[in-house]
Amino acid sequence: MAEPKPYRKPLPRIDEESRGYWEALARHELYFQRCRDCGTKRFYPRALCTSCLSSATEWVRARGRGTVYSFTVTYQNQAPGFREELPYVLAIVELDEGVRMMTNVVGCAPDAVRVGMPVEVVFEDVTAEITLAKFRPVS
Amino acid sequence: MSIWGRTAVVGAYEHPTRFAPDKTAFQIHAESARGALGDAGLGGKDVDGFFTSGVGPIGVLSLAGHLNLRPAYVDSQAIGGSSFVSHCFHAAAAIAAGLCNVALVTYGSTAASERFAIGTGAGGFVLEPPDHFEAPFGPTIVGSYALVAQRHMHEYGTTSEQLAEIAVTMRRHAGLNPEAKYREPITVEDVLASRIISSPLHLLDCCVISDGGGALVLTSVERARDLRRPPVVILGAAEALRHAEIGGRDLLDVAARQSGPLALERAGVKHADLDLATVYDSYTITVLTTLEALGFCRPGEGGSFCAGGRIGLGGALPVNPDGGGLSSNHPGMRGIFLVIEATRQLRGECGVRQVKDAKLALVHGTGGMLGQRHSGVTMILGRA
Repeated sequence: MAEPKPYRKPLPRIDEESRGYWEALARHELYFQRCRDCGTKRFYPRALCTSCLSSATEWVRARGRGTVYSFTVTYQNQAPGFREELPYVLAIVELDEGVRMMTNVVGCAPDAVRVGMPVEVVFEDVTAEITLAKFRPVS
Repeated sequence: MSIWGRTAVVGAYEHPTRFAPDKTAFQIHAESARGALGDAGLGGKDVDGFFTSGVGPIGVLSLAGHLNLRPAYVDSQAIGGSSFVSHCFHAAAAIAAGLCNVALVTYGSTAASERFAIGTGAGGFVLEPPDHFEAPFGPTIVGSYALVAQRHMHEYGTTSEQLAEIAVTMRRHAGLNPEAKYREPITVEDVLASRIISSPLHLLDCCVISDGGGALVLTSVERARDLRRPPVVILGAAEALRHAEIGGRDLLDVAARQSGPLALERAGVKHADLDLATVYDSYTITVLTTLEALGFCRPGEGGSFCAGGRIGLGGALPVNPDGGGLSSNHPGMRGIFLVIEATRQLRGECGVRQVKDAKLALVHGTGGMLGQRHSGVTMILGRA
């Protein structure tokens, strides 16, 4: 049996601000933040609310459903890890909760992706610590 | 007292090279500085303000050493390709405030001979916090602009044919510029037939990769009267940043929407007064969204605005008569060339690509990744 290929794409760094996000993803749960004081939602995770500067933060679990806000089918990228997977779909997905995040749309032909397409999260475990939130068309 | 109308571009030089494998970027900076100072009739000893970018975190120290400058005012603004337009804005403020007298802005790059894959390389230069939520998914620079193009097409029905017309117009202009990297005419069909790099953008929707550089010299309008060239005055400028905010930004809300109206207001100029524009054309979509955001047309009308020859020489608003980044040159950070071409046009020294009797020009630089985070700097230049 062939050895699994080493993971060559950039790996996110887990830090104080983002630990809760990455630990939830490792459990296959997608979270964003909301300020406990003023209620402002934010993504990506940060220590402080940019609206009221409060550090009182709650983690809100997303349903994992959303729509494609925009996308591009990438045919050229020389970077290791990506050049072996061309073409791939880079996208911004808007979660039903209103938060937009960069991701990949997987699980369909790249040419089938459309703006506005309903999608659902899929969790891709890329290392022992890191899981990425990607999206596929709602089945 | 306003800073506007008190500083002039008095020296401008675009390095003619498009491929210089034996030169360092610093040599191109130096040769460009000599060109611009010579154009102004000044020397290195006159320079007391130094502005540059693209030289690394403290590269300005090395470059000042290489040029043997001892500036009293330094600005190594780093907001991407628009940085050099920002330098002129900041130099206008510094000179009007009496903080320096003669500002030198330089740029040099050997991106092409280093085979630097600017748009389709590593997909992110650094790993700051936002990168951790983007880089794992493979954004390239062209991909970032493509996200904006796709959204624009979705919201407004903008077509690949409309984007292609921008590339065709820039190539037609480049045919009039003997130094442009690509001069052979292309058609809309050629653009659409070129391979897709990141949908919906084709190869010919993307700027070229070249070596090159340039330099500018600025001083007060009083001092400018005694110099060799007709002064080109900075009438107004403004800058803005856009980013992903806290996860909700409208991709079509580009920085020009903020910087454009402010720069025009500061200059006391209306759109209809402008004789030409030099607009950062990293990709065709950059031109379309910029002109729209600057207010030359309504949101969504950029596609039809750029069609039918309106942005070509002889049209209502000639854009980038030098052929722009799409055809003339793009060594990675093109902002300085926007100011150089606008200056030459306003001096009336552009020969066959001269915009007739050009008196007022708008310059707009875009830097960074349009769909993720970017800068916009708008500047209005006028004949003295």
